[in-house]
Amino acid sequence: MIAPEFLYAVVVVMIAAFLSLLRVFLGPSVPDRVVGVDTLNTLIVAGMVLLGAAYDRTIYIDVAIVYALLSYVGTLAIARYLQGGLE
Amino acid sequence: MNAVTYVIYAFLTVSVSFNLLGGFALHRFPDVYTRLHGATKCTTFGTIFAVLAVVVHAAYRLHLTGDPKYLGMALHSLVALIALLLTNPTGAHAIAKAAYLSGYRPAKAVIDAYGEKVGGAE
Repeated sequence: MIAPEFLYAVVVVMIAAFLSLLRVFLGPSVPDRVVGVDTLNTLIVAGMVLLGAAYDRTIYIDVAIVYALLSYVGTLAIARYLQGGLE
Repeated sequence: MNAVTYVIYAFLTVSVSFNLLGGFALHRFPDVYTRLHGATKCTTFGTIFAVLAVVVHAAYRLHLTGDPKYLGMALHSLVALIALLLTNPTGAHAIAKAAYLSGYRPAKAVIDAYGEKVGGAE
């Protein structure tokens, strides 16, 4: 445990991530759930960068980079499916 | 407690506040487009300040210990920030366009300029 203030920040960011997960479960329409997943991805990346600083491991930040790029591809695929194919 | 610690605390406070506001925005807005607006803006701004706090922390540790690992930590978090800044608005735009084209209309909207352009206005 090197830097506890980053760990407290991670806890609060995860509360926000839980709120967006609640929107994924409650969302009345499909785009609402997609918005919840997109917000969850951003918050997970922020939490991973903060965890990398808290535990003093650079490898967590590399995981965050790859997660950001892959979640972008996933969001684009869901959006393309939602609007009904290529146009 | 020195000046660098206060700077890190200030950045972390801004980051955490805006990320929480982004989480609450998903529950306080009426439809998809306003939720997308609130959540994307707030979480992107909050993540910028989280990465700034990590960069200041890593630069301070590099100054204290001289370990090149902390230079890598700062550079990699900047790369993560750039990736997020490039992909987040693009993904939000794609979601909004897909939601409109699949038939969801803004609640309480008076003027629908995009619908007149696309030809989907009712």
